[in-house]
Amino acid sequence: MPTPRSDRSPWNWLLLVPIVIPLLTPLYNFDSPRLFGFPAFYWIQLSFILLGVATTSVVYQMTRRPAASVSEPSAPSASESSEASDE
Amino acid sequence: MSEHITEIVIFTVLFLLVSGMGFVAARWRAPKDMAHLDEWGLGGRSFGGWITWFLIGGDLYTAYTFVAVPALMFGAGAAGFFAVPYTIVIYPLFFLVLIRLWSVSHRHGFVTPADFVRTRFDSPTLALLIAITGIVATMPYIALQLVGIEAVLKTMGVTGDSPLARHAPIIIAFAILAAYTYQSGLRAPALIAFVKDTLIYIVIIVAILYLPYKLGGWGSIFDAADAKFQASPSPNDGIILNANNQLQYITLALGSAFALFLYPHSITGVLASKNRNVIKRNMSALPAYSLLLGLIALLGFMAISAGVKPLPGAKEGTVDSNTVVPLLFDQQFPSWFAGIAFAAIGIGALVPAAIMSIAAANLFTRNIYKEYLRKDATPAQEAGVAKITSLVVKIGAVAFIIFLDPQFSIDLQLIGGVIILQTAPAVALGLYTRWLHRGGLVAGWIAGMSMGLWMLYQVPNAATGRAHFGGSAFPLSKFGFDTPKTIYVGFIAVAVNLLVVVIVTLILRAAKTPEGVDGTEPDDYLADEGDPRLEKSRTSPDAIASST
Repeated sequence: MPTPRSDRSPWNWLLLVPIVIPLLTPLYNFDSPRLFGFPAFYWIQLSFILLGVATTSVVYQMTRRPAASVSEPSAPSASESSEASDE
Repeated sequence: MSEHITEIVIFTVLFLLVSGMGFVAARWRAPKDMAHLDEWGLGGRSFGGWITWFLIGGDLYTAYTFVAVPALMFGAGAAGFFAVPYTIVIYPLFFLVLIRLWSVSHRHGFVTPADFVRTRFDSPTLALLIAITGIVATMPYIALQLVGIEAVLKTMGVTGDSPLARHAPIIIAFAILAAYTYQSGLRAPALIAFVKDTLIYIVIIVAILYLPYKLGGWGSIFDAADAKFQASPSPNDGIILNANNQLQYITLALGSAFALFLYPHSITGVLASKNRNVIKRNMSALPAYSLLLGLIALLGFMAISAGVKPLPGAKEGTVDSNTVVPLLFDQQFPSWFAGIAFAAIGIGALVPAAIMSIAAANLFTRNIYKEYLRKDATPAQEAGVAKITSLVVKIGAVAFIIFLDPQFSIDLQLIGGVIILQTAPAVALGLYTRWLHRGGLVAGWIAGMSMGLWMLYQVPNAATGRAHFGGSAFPLSKFGFDTPKTIYVGFIAVAVNLLVVVIVTLILRAAKTPEGVDGTEPDDYLADEGDPRLEKSRTSPDAIASST
């Protein structure tokens, strides 16, 4: 191994946001303001889903590794194409 | 029954169509040789992003969820919405944990979480505890999938008077499920999950557009729910939380999130994916299901607004609140579409039930059969034992439903969540640290398990009049605090578990008790697809053929 691999990245700290925010009930435990008839309790929590998706997507994009290329030089292209074909 | 004939026909046709797919699945992406636990139990560890998304999604969001969460909303209001924060926090929480578990399992050929614990802590005893905990927690979960199908059948009027006649459709459905799981292994639920999710998405999109239109808009749906909870004598229901159940809401959401990926069947779905990026991408794509779940939960309020009265339960004077969603569909949709909706719930039960029985079978095969009964079992023997175990597990689940009150399996599932949490220190923390001593982990498991069961025993259920195992909300006043607040049992139990683990570890380390040999290396936790140091058994010609 030339360089030791690692999962460490400052971007990982971002994951705390969608873990902590949805658990703070005082933020959203209200009936008003309503949105399309939904009390705040419901539409705010549903919008936290977007927060979760956005945060994990950013962390994934910022920390993704290139495809496996440790031993065989042809590995990256081979694994890319097999991935495309199965999806 | 006659007025439901259209529904029954559509339900049956779709159900049989999907069962046919289950049998064909054995040939889907299959290697030459299925007689290997990696192939039968993990689909060859080759699933890419889309398949994994459907598989894990089909696994975590079960028919029971689709029936029980709205039922909870129908009965208790806002407290039932905990399912939404629960399924939001879970993905960031496990984002980094699961890739480590995947890497070390890929590198060493682990099939179950107990395999990992066995190698990490050099302790067959601890691995046995983890395996038994997993099997015990999974069984009632499978039984609950039957509760989901049964709610649909009951609504269609497919019931009889004797216990055998009442359960005959379920027995037939499960016999079919058992047969194709036996043949196709994890490939069957992976393939069926496409159909299941497509049906469920169609049904939910139609439901959230069409039903509010029929019921006078979202505003009036929430107002109807509010009016019902205002009028009810219970202090803890309502369309928002009150001062006393917020701590319960938070701890239940967080505790359930921790528990979900410790369940053996979720880990099976994760280990079946082909590389780390597939898992990471899924952690940001899976919340699409959380949106679905949130909208499904609101069907409970629509049922209130539509004036649904749940069907009677198994015992005199009780109601089966699980029937509210099927009844809502039955009353509001044209019968052909209700038939599709019922098929969606029914098929929705098959996918998780299949994965759960495979996960339980993997645990038995690897951590009990191979560890204690036949150490030199070949991969083909392992696959054979797992196939038979998966049948036994499903027969057990059917027996749960036939011989016990279904309410009892719901209680067991509640207990299941609390007990599976007790594997967190060994499985989840074990991925990060070897400091914990195997003796400490065993002691912590015993302490957490006893504490959790004792607390659950103390919780009465006001609605059903039962004195014990009535829920997961433990009154803090029983610890001597002067407050009406409640907290999730699993949260306290796992805290006690951890405390004992740390104390006993300190004692055993001070006494220089042997801690065994760690079979893993730091670099194992970072391995990815194509790692040159894969275990030799995984590089047989078949494994190579199926992994490329």
